[in-house]
Amino acid sequence: MNKFFDNLTKGILKENPTFITILGMCPTLGVTTLAANGIGMGLATTFVLIMSNVFIAILKNLIPDKVRIPAYIVIIATFVTIVDLVIAGYFPALYAQLGIFIPLIVVNCIILGRAEAYAAKNNVLDSLIDGVSMGAGLTLALTLIGAIREVLGTGAIFGHKLIASDAILIFVLPPGAFIVLAYVIALVNKINKAIYKG
Amino acid sequence: MEYVLMIVAGVFVNNIVLNRFLGICPFLGVSNKLENAIGMSAAVVFVMTLATSVTYLVYKYVLEPNGLGFMQTITYILVIAALVQVVEIILKKTSPALYQALGVYLPLITTNCAILAVAILVVQKNYNLVQSIVYAIATSLGFGFALIVFTGIREQLDLCNIPKGMKGVPLSLLTAGLLSLAFMGFAGIVK
Repeated sequence: MNKFFDNLTKGILKENPTFITILGMCPTLGVTTLAANGIGMGLATTFVLIMSNVFIAILKNLIPDKVRIPAYIVIIATFVTIVDLVIAGYFPALYAQLGIFIPLIVVNCIILGRAEAYAAKNNVLDSLIDGVSMGAGLTLALTLIGAIREVLGTGAIFGHKLIASDAILIFVLPPGAFIVLAYVIALVNKINKAIYKG
Repeated sequence: MEYVLMIVAGVFVNNIVLNRFLGICPFLGVSNKLENAIGMSAAVVFVMTLATSVTYLVYKYVLEPNGLGFMQTITYILVIAALVQVVEIILKKTSPALYQALGVYLPLITTNCAILAVAILVVQKNYNLVQSIVYAIATSLGFGFALIVFTGIREQLDLCNIPKGMKGVPLSLLTAGLLSLAFMGFAGIVK
């Protein structure tokens, strides 16, 4: 049970894909101008991550070792296409905000990384939980960065105005993304060191 | 003139790394040594130009006439992966010197999201073939320029005494942030 719990929570802090393994930086920086975009991108990536983890875990014995990477990419690209069409069809506003970053989920290294490092070696249930865990960590990370940038850059959170005056515009512009992420990673490293000492 | 403006825009104004956040992984990954940065930049210019031309033709003459636009992502990623492999094999046979210089960077390029992004963007922007190629060259030059400048700064930073918590990735990101701030100075030069 403990192992199960560890597997489920490792993505949040201990092995957080964004803060600890520093994977999938492009969407992390690119779409997090608003907290809501962070959630949208996080959930879209989580869906692809879970589905590709499950399918790769099911098919791992059928896929010849030599062509496994192209095979994984095709599986991932299939789910990315599904997400792309669903978001375009049902959430056109979000689709306009995320833009090019939706098809680019296919080259998000988190997904291929989990496929290669976890799903290819573990059973279906464990891979499913791994996908949920990593997806949750990723979604939390994107939402956190989005929220910080939205508060500092526009003075609002999830669209609700907190202050009436002008905010620090630079945080919703590209440089703000790099700067916020830099400090959040430094902070998470510090917290992690305190929790998982030794 | 149009093409000159496209190049200026791609390198300075809409820099793909510092302004649009594409290709961050190689940007952070191979920016430790100037030599590696130059090799990676050259490989990206080469592959991006080639990949954009090929995927453009695939889209215009295979996908679009058959109403298969929704297959774009899958087709592109396979074309790019195959192309990188073919380039690697050809270089190995015909030009060992060039292979030696670019070889190690080629496999990494398959997962460089900037390549896929440019291939998709040229279709979204409705460019013709020549415009697409110029756009790919401009964007990849911008990538190379940012990467080489960034590497130069990082090499200097290695010699500095910095707070322990900021070492490694946080400092790199902070540097990239300041560099991006500098590049914002170019905003508005070209539309």
